[in-house]
Amino acid sequence: MLEGLVFIVMGLIAIVCAICVVFQKNPIYSAVFLIQTMVSLAVLYVLLHAEFIAAIQVMVYAGAIMVLFVFVIMLLNLSSGDVEGGKDKLILQKTSAIILGLILFAVIGVVTVKTVLHGTQGEYTPEYISRIGNTQLVGKLLFTDYVFPFEIASILLFAAVLGAIILAKKEIKE
Amino acid sequence: MLLAYVPILILLIVVLGFAISNIIISALLGRHRPSEEKLSPYECGIEPTGTARERFSVKFYLIAMMFVIFDIEVVFLYPWAVVFKSLKLFGLIEMAIFIIILLICYAYIWKRGGFEWE
Repeated sequence: MLEGLVFIVMGLIAIVCAICVVFQKNPIYSAVFLIQTMVSLAVLYVLLHAEFIAAIQVMVYAGAIMVLFVFVIMLLNLSSGDVEGGKDKLILQKTSAIILGLILFAVIGVVTVKTVLHGTQGEYTPEYISRIGNTQLVGKLLFTDYVFPFEIASILLFAAVLGAIILAKKEIKE
Repeated sequence: MLLAYVPILILLIVVLGFAISNIIISALLGRHRPSEEKLSPYECGIEPTGTARERFSVKFYLIAMMFVIFDIEVVFLYPWAVVFKSLKLFGLIEMAIFIIILLICYAYIWKRGGFEWE
């Protein structure tokens, strides 16, 4: 009962903030609303008994990724004239976006109404997870069954560093 | 289950209440005698030199990028730390491989001057 109430409230906050992200004129305000959207999603993860993902959502997305977003806004540094100008040039984009959005909405609605979800319960039930602990279970699986993807993740991070250095530092060394 | 998060809720309420009440109280109690000096942007006492809306150097973005990458490295350490004892030596070795790859990465950034501010 309480969880349902929290779900509805946080879901509404997430949706309203996501709409605000799109409609804000100032990109920094959009970034602030995006943080609120991500924090609301973290609460939804808690309701799904995924506490580890909730903590990561706040730490990595609301913390680190948002820093990148704000830096991109600062790097581009749109003045107010850039944001306000060119309003009339987007008629084609706006109409096509509305039509495509309505089609997407209709498809999602039809699928949601028509589909009856039925599945068998998996190995990791909420009771099992709460007995062991969410983070412990993630750790156990990540470092035993999924150890290869975990090691590959370090290679992936290395590749990201290479890309960043080569793109941003190319003028240092010829 | 949700009762465990009541402290976080209390913290949230206190933080929001503090921020909002500070704005309201300062608006109610403060004197409003604006002058040109008071309304000018405060920059640690130094006279402002031009607008703040300048394009920032990509160097800031590079530092932020490094921060995100090593932040994600730390994220992997949390689940490892809670099951470290049950993993025994195997856990130590696999985390050592992970850290060594990222140390090579760190050395590469250092060598290419990624931490230098030129």
